[in-house]
Amino acid sequence: MVNVSELLTYEHDVLVVGAGGAGLRAAIECSAQGLSTGVVCKSLLGKAHTVMAEGGLAAALGNVDARDNWKIHFRDTMRGGKFLNQWRMAELHAREAPDRVRELEEWGAVFDRTRDGLISQRNFGGHRYPRLAHVGDRTGLEIIRTLQDYGIHRGFQVYMECTGLDLMTDGGRIAGLLAYFRETGRFALFKAKAVILATGGAGKAWRVTSNSWEYTGDGYGMAYEAGAELMDMEFTQFHPTGMVWPPSVRGILVTEGVRGDGGILTNNKRERFMFNYIPEKFAAETAATEEEANRWLTGDSTARRPPELLTRDVVARAITREVNEGRGTPHGGVYLDIASRRPADFIRKKLPSMYHQFKELAEVDITREPMEVGPTLHYFMGGVRVDPDTQETTVPGLFAAGECAAGLHGANRLGGNSLSDLVVFGRLAGVGAARYVRALPAAPRVPDEQAATAIRRATDILNRESGTNPYLIQEDLQNIMGRNVGIVRSDDELKTALREMERLKAEAARVKANGAAQYNPGWHAALDLRPLLITAEAVTRAALERQESRGGHTRVDYPDERAEWLKANIVVRKGRDGMETRRHERPAPPKELADIAYAKIEDLEAAIART
Amino acid sequence: MEQTIRVGGHARGLAATGRTDRWWVGTLLTLLGLTGFVAYATWAAFQPGHFFHDPYISPFSSPLLFVRPGAAGAAPLQHAWFGAWPSWWPSWLPASPSLLILIFPLSFRLTCYYFRKAYYRAYAASPPGCAVGALPRSEYRGETGLLIFQNLHRYALYFILVFMVVHYYDTFWAFFRDGVFGVGVGSIVLTIDAALLTLYVFGCHSWRHLLGGKLDCFSCDASSRLRHGAWRKASILNASHGLFGWLSLFWVAFSDYYVRMVSMGRIHDFSTWG
Amino acid sequence: MPERRFRVWRGDARGGGFQEYAVEVDPGMVVLDVIHRIQARQANDLAVRWNCKAGKCGSCSMEINGRPRLGCMTRMNMFGADEVITVQPLKTFPVVKDLVTDVAWNYERNKRIPPFKPRPRGADGQHRMMQNDVDRVQEFRKCIECFLCQDVCHVLRDHDRKDAFVGPRFMIRLASLEMHPLDAADRIPAVRAEFGSGLCNITRCCTEVCPEHIGITDNGIIPLKERVVDRYYDPIQWLARRIFGRGGEH
Repeated sequence: MVNVSELLTYEHDVLVVGAGGAGLRAAIECSAQGLSTGVVCKSLLGKAHTVMAEGGLAAALGNVDARDNWKIHFRDTMRGGKFLNQWRMAELHAREAPDRVRELEEWGAVFDRTRDGLISQRNFGGHRYPRLAHVGDRTGLEIIRTLQDYGIHRGFQVYMECTGLDLMTDGGRIAGLLAYFRETGRFALFKAKAVILATGGAGKAWRVTSNSWEYTGDGYGMAYEAGAELMDMEFTQFHPTGMVWPPSVRGILVTEGVRGDGGILTNNKRERFMFNYIPEKFAAETAATEEEANRWLTGDSTARRPPELLTRDVVARAITREVNEGRGTPHGGVYLDIASRRPADFIRKKLPSMYHQFKELAEVDITREPMEVGPTLHYFMGGVRVDPDTQETTVPGLFAAGECAAGLHGANRLGGNSLSDLVVFGRLAGVGAARYVRALPAAPRVPDEQAATAIRRATDILNRESGTNPYLIQEDLQNIMGRNVGIVRSDDELKTALREMERLKAEAARVKANGAAQYNPGWHAALDLRPLLITAEAVTRAALERQESRGGHTRVDYPDERAEWLKANIVVRKGRDGMETRRHERPAPPKELADIAYAKIEDLEAAIART
Repeated sequence: MEQTIRVGGHARGLAATGRTDRWWVGTLLTLLGLTGFVAYATWAAFQPGHFFHDPYISPFSSPLLFVRPGAAGAAPLQHAWFGAWPSWWPSWLPASPSLLILIFPLSFRLTCYYFRKAYYRAYAASPPGCAVGALPRSEYRGETGLLIFQNLHRYALYFILVFMVVHYYDTFWAFFRDGVFGVGVGSIVLTIDAALLTLYVFGCHSWRHLLGGKLDCFSCDASSRLRHGAWRKASILNASHGLFGWLSLFWVAFSDYYVRMVSMGRIHDFSTWG
Repeated sequence: MPERRFRVWRGDARGGGFQEYAVEVDPGMVVLDVIHRIQARQANDLAVRWNCKAGKCGSCSMEINGRPRLGCMTRMNMFGADEVITVQPLKTFPVVKDLVTDVAWNYERNKRIPPFKPRPRGADGQHRMMQNDVDRVQEFRKCIECFLCQDVCHVLRDHDRKDAFVGPRFMIRLASLEMHPLDAADRIPAVRAEFGSGLCNITRCCTEVCPEHIGITDNGIIPLKERVVDRYYDPIQWLARRIFGRGGEH
């Protein structure tokens, strides 16, 4: 029997789950608001997935091109998201990102500089102007280290290598979190008036992914179980350029910065195939010839951007098609070539970690040979449904930010918008949680039975006499998702996936981990199965529901965007008999924002020039 | 030394390691190289003569402060900065000019940030190699205890800068015998010596710091921009500081040896003077 | 598929020993892959810390054939075909379990470093610094906190002077703050006293093991030591400060 009164117990006003960019920014905000704040993170501090972000952080600072402005950033974000974004979130993001970047600089971040000594900005897919504040190709590391080193002096408590299992609620309100420490295997009860989820995505449901083991959808699973809604789950972003060889690093990201800095995609016939895949609506803004694309790279403002910089969904689908039609490389990708385009010194200076990554992991010298790349599951546009201004979910006291939350990116995310998402909405979640905590009349209590149930479910895995190997279930799930819920989906495959998942759910109920609770990866893998399966099912059900192709969701049986589907987001929640999906009608956008989003770019630029 | 196995399976004690590569090769070469140099330099420093063969003077004996006229292979009196050898010099010490000046270049090398690493590893086993057990001691104090003098490296630098000028002066005159311009193997040997010394000294960590490294802002005014340029160049040399340290160490000993051999008549110096 | 022999240290703070595993190895694999294969097939509870598997997060630090390395950046083809590969936890930090060590000391030390203190913004509300000025600092900020340098540093590893020396990782963090063009704090007294720059005898093992190829010794620690000399050991500068006041060249 579990004796809850003997549990390790910690108390905070706000508990942040996750210590990536969003979690740390939220914790900093809560501390600044004078709240007792705790941060629970699955790994060591500073190792969160934010560290992997390479390209940069999108913010309309206008340092490189003075024509840039929040309105154009907003318009780019909406267009990238196929207008399925939450209008208010896209607005807040575009308006506040520049302040957040300057704040990072104030906290010690050292971005690359322009000739005038300002923060430099680079071009990226879908962004009209050079907009990404960056540090070579290790921007994520810079951001997490800045927040970490600033954060450790703000007075919040960090609980490292601690994984959340279940949210605790008191009469429908958040009351805390039950978690376990990896190191000792001991359970801990965190009592909190509000919880901010910043747990990132769930790439580990797929086999080829740029995500690390941590990305098992913990936030989605816990929020779902606590009664919150998930939204836009069908929109999964496949990054077009992941490594394809060697097998052990398959999926690891190759930054879009390679293409931003001049890299081109070719097939095994050395054709620059992206010119064949320019969608009609981007034709006006995309170079028509190689000559024009080359001029754009030299900074010629009359030239249009190269087709390699089209949005990620377009490029990922194009690569998939080239490979499927037999024009792929020996290891099943396409070539990404910067060696023939830029001098070796330039490549080493601008893309140092790519240079090392290929040199040391694949023994490829990218200054001399092309890379082999292919699509890799990279990002969840969807997530926990939140209020655009406060980031509060439908469960009172539960907040979400960053990749864990839905809404900013709509059907597809632009590169560079995720890092800015973290700091903009991390902060807003902190503000929202602080307001909630202050208005709370009395501290909630954690019912003993809830904690006991959660602990029993976790320890059963260890105590069982025999059962299924957790690694095999996870591998099985990854293969099912890779095969049936990939870049291009169909009704048949999605239904197959759902059937297979039922089987896996049954197996997961009998999962067995050997050994003791102390630092036991087998047990951790078993515990990760529940959120992974919830996430996988939510993605599959939402994908089945959305009968069109839009952004990160492509249906072979419904190949086009359909206007009626622009009117709704798909929402998933826990029902009486399992998972329920529903269409959530989108309210009409505020006129002012619609005017900006649908404006011609020339008109916007002219209007800005006048003011 | 007894080696005990602890949690984690690491061996402890002097030179204990789990490394399977030949980590000791570098340490051994350093030990042999430095010992060889010290042995030769000590021997040479106690030789009263054969440091000169017109127009060459051994770098071990320059600047030539005093000279004892008439010693075999010694320079003529007018070459000495302060004239004849002092009478107070104890009779049991050879009248070797090196003894008066060698302390300065040696102190530069002794306190050099590169050679410190080399001899800490090779002589003090502190540590003998990376992830190889260091010599156990009751309380390790690094460069805070006796070794605190290492902090004065920059003063050794100031002296070596003066020496460099002297070396170039010697090198210049190594191309003139009796006022006639010419080239001998010795002129080239001494030129290379001056050049290697320059590459070594201009990559010095203290030099690099004083030139510009101590600034936090390189672009704030004209002088800091200038110093940034100098710092960058010093940084390039600094990256090969160890290499130039060894090359110049070897070559200065070789230069002395060459001049000595020519002076002793063991080697014929090919030259345009005939 | 060729089979390779691995010796992996298994155990916890109470003790343990090496266990042998025979594992199939595919082309292109790194040591961390092999550890994962052992974990999935032979020892589900083999503890190893890892995250990104791309040399960016610095989690999978371990000692492979006696050398501190990242498991994810150590390719199997660098070993001889018959070589037995020995994998151990870091020596410098207490073992938690198997290959996992308790690195909390590093986080505690980091907290003691006086934080970044920016000077005021310019009249236009901007901070201006040139790329030339930030190049140096950016090199240090590449650090992924794998703590391999801390592990190999003999001051911590063999002499266990964690009380007196903060270790290479935090020396370069101090350097990145001291050389930051916007920073207005002075940490030189602390660099010498609390953080123990004098304990470092610049034997450069930290630089040799750094997976990010940061010039820890030449570009970070030695310049800090030189700044300490300026302040504490150089008699001429000391005299100049006495005569001309504190300002001078800082």
